[in-house]
Amino acid sequence: MPNTRIRVPKTALKGDAVEIRAIIQHPMENGFRLNSQGTPIPVEIISEFVCTYDGGEVFRVTLEPGLSANPYFSFYLKATTSGPVDFWWKDQDGTITEASAHLEVV
Amino acid sequence: MKLSTLAPAFAVTAVFALAFVLTGAAAPPVTPKSGYDYLTPETRQLQDDDFANPGMLWVEEGERLWSEPAGTSGQSCASCHGDAATSMRTVATRYPAWSQSYGKVINLEQQINQCRGRQGAEPLQYESEPLLSLTAFVSHQAKGLPMSVAVDGPAAQSFERGKAFFYQRRGQLNLSCANCHEDHAGDHLRADVISQGQVNGFPIYRALWQTMGSTNRMFAWCNEAVRAEPHAAGSQEYVDLELYLRWRGQGLPVETPAVRR
Repeated sequence: MPNTRIRVPKTALKGDAVEIRAIIQHPMENGFRLNSQGTPIPVEIISEFVCTYDGGEVFRVTLEPGLSANPYFSFYLKATTSGPVDFWWKDQDGTITEASAHLEVV
Repeated sequence: MKLSTLAPAFAVTAVFALAFVLTGAAAPPVTPKSGYDYLTPETRQLQDDDFANPGMLWVEEGERLWSEPAGTSGQSCASCHGDAATSMRTVATRYPAWSQSYGKVINLEQQINQCRGRQGAEPLQYESEPLLSLTAFVSHQAKGLPMSVAVDGPAAQSFERGKAFFYQRRGQLNLSCANCHEDHAGDHLRADVISQGQVNGFPIYRALWQTMGSTNRMFAWCNEAVRAEPHAAGSQEYVDLELYLRWRGQGLPVETPAVRR
């Protein structure tokens, strides 16, 4: 399972925009490179990244082969209610990597 | 200023000068300047941000491996060395270093593999993810501390060979390391700025590679860039060169994991 790192503040004031950050260790092989034998290295990428907050989707990205390795996302979330912030990454063959954190709204 | 206040300074200088005479190693030919200083502000920002710095993924993986039992002994690194934050604090500043058991100068990667032998585990391959991760994790513990390798005593021969390698012209382009990294540091090579070739941030996350790489991978890359036959990773030539380069950048803070172009 790829190594991931997420950052969600532990607590936030209701109505505040909080910064969410997520990074995953992945080669994002674009399929255009050749190995030392001259044969193409097959495409191997993360194809989708989704973030949900308290069960509702707040962020979704479709990734393409042109992206650099170890894709990193940073975005803002409006804190409304205490609940889980879940992250999932789906790679091209359907393998899902998950991470989760809890955001407490005070 | 009175002479008496200057005297201690003279004494200190004299001691240093004497030390250099004894070791046969004069001061580095240039005032060391980290590769960081040659980066664009954007790349510096990426290195400085512990979350966004991709190299930290390897450091975290190394932290996990540190306490994972390996080999027939069932011992982990932590079983002997405990908390890396204290036991490994200064280690990366001292390597490559003379190893009594090997009878030669070895680098940090080889030291890790020596420990794996004691664990009853297979040595890790050069440039493999686990070896890069462990090296990055151990080096990261020394972040901010000045590099200070020993180049005297049994390491002196290794140091001299490394120095000779640095000034030896090689490859179809017939260039030595010094031709670029000493004579033209700070100048442009096409759109890039040539650095001093300091190694204080290794293993580095290199944008060109889209992954981590060791000093030895970088040396091989540089050798190929001047169209010379690269040496094998972990070869004595590269260990000697790394020793020389660490000395050449003595006093520069360890930056692992550094981000480079």
